[in-house]
Amino acid sequence: MNLEKLMRIDRRLIFLLIALAVIFPLLFPIGLPTHLSKPVQDTFNAVDSIPPDGPPLMLSIDYDPAAMPELYPMTLAILRHCFSRNIRVLILTLHRAGPGIGEMATTRIAKEYGKKEGEDYVYLGFKPGFGAVILRMGEDIHGAFLTDYYNRPIGEIPMMREIHNYDDIPLVICLSAAAIPELWMMYAGSRYHQTIAAGVTAVSAADYYPFLQTDQLVGLIGGLKGASEYEKLVNELEERLGVDKKRKESLSKEEYEKLQVSHSKASAGMDSQSIAHLVIIAFIVIGNVAYFAQRRKKR
Amino acid sequence: MNLSLDPWVWLAALLTLCIYSFLYKDNPFYKAAEHLFVGLSAGYFLVIYWYNAVYPDMVVPLFKQGKLLCIIPGLLGLFFFFRFIPKVGWVSRWSIAFYIGVGAGMSIPATMQMRILEQMKGTMQPFFSLETWHIFVENPSLASFGALIGIPLMIVGVMCTLSYFFFSREHKGVLGGMSRIGIIFLMIGFGASFGYTVMARISLLIGRVQFLMSDWLGVID
Repeated sequence: MNLEKLMRIDRRLIFLLIALAVIFPLLFPIGLPTHLSKPVQDTFNAVDSIPPDGPPLMLSIDYDPAAMPELYPMTLAILRHCFSRNIRVLILTLHRAGPGIGEMATTRIAKEYGKKEGEDYVYLGFKPGFGAVILRMGEDIHGAFLTDYYNRPIGEIPMMREIHNYDDIPLVICLSAAAIPELWMMYAGSRYHQTIAAGVTAVSAADYYPFLQTDQLVGLIGGLKGASEYEKLVNELEERLGVDKKRKESLSKEEYEKLQVSHSKASAGMDSQSIAHLVIIAFIVIGNVAYFAQRRKKR
Repeated sequence: MNLSLDPWVWLAALLTLCIYSFLYKDNPFYKAAEHLFVGLSAGYFLVIYWYNAVYPDMVVPLFKQGKLLCIIPGLLGLFFFFRFIPKVGWVSRWSIAFYIGVGAGMSIPATMQMRILEQMKGTMQPFFSLETWHIFVENPSLASFGALIGIPLMIVGVMCTLSYFFFSREHKGVLGGMSRIGIIFLMIGFGASFGYTVMARISLLIGRVQFLMSDWLGVID
């Protein structure tokens, strides 16, 4: 093929090939293996170390619908992990577009696991102010959030009677598509020595690795790949705990299969991810070969 | 194929296609979807802020509980809008000054601690660890080799990258060599970030394609 033609390739052809690379593996799954990474395993271990029915995990859902393909499967997997081990969860959002996502994820998983609002989990909703809210919660969560998402006064919620500040929270997980995990590290980590883990979009994952080495983050879930790893760990845990077996017995075959699919949503996308990456690598190689060949020809 | 009968799913699917039509070329469908998104977001956020901040944190305490101190933040908030009246626009500077002052006061010490002191502490490690050497000798693998060279590599990377940003001397001799190695570390860093960015964009596409093929068309589970 003429290399000059290759350099002027219509970008729409590239879009089409990427679309095909994404669509075909979804239609005909290949089942490429994904390997577990240490930061995801560390996050899982940190959640797993929280005693059942003890102090709650704080889950901060700080993203908007644009980041949902990557972060929503993480949210569901973390909530499933907590509820399957009877770990209580305190959920909030510092992002203005987060309240709806938080409510959707929480009610869906709580219903699936038969968890009760106010006893097994509390959804605090949204409070603007980022750093100011994080700092305020270090002093008094009841002062930062006067009511929960459903307008119930915090003092009247049974689970909140024992929770006052970060001393009562063993772990905070911030799921964010922006720099909000940095604010958690800045205000809750540095000032109150709060243990923090983060789930971030792949775009920002590289920026957070230095914080793992210094233990400012105990774990990191990066992008759809990280979500699929966490999902896999939770699925294995549920098998070990017998949660999956109970579910299989109580649901119809169709319902069970549907639920299994929804529990592997991130993993289902990994074939497409790998194939699309191969296509992009091929284009980068072809582009470079064509560029250098053309430069040599000009000389 | 199990086509959705939910009108909201249809609306979401058609709007997704409108947005993706931009990949072919700019067109009225894309523009309509874009404007709808901007308008909808503005309205949604206005309502969210009213019900989550202005009403519970100012209107209720001030007008229902008689907490007069709430007048101060309320007025500071209102002063921002004075920018729309040129004659008294200067009043908004009070609010901006307050906002910047509080923000800087809160973030400067915390940023120092999080970004500089903690990161410096993380870099001040023994160059060579006997423990990791023993682990490598007992169990030679890629992981144990990575653990062995991890700290020296990090220290060399930090020193060389910092030397690249040292501009008070010409980059010649030892400094020149170090800064060239620093460039390699920087390039690897940029490459990793770019790789992650590609991965993120593909993930977003996968999310939308999954929605279209599963929720809308019903061709996959």
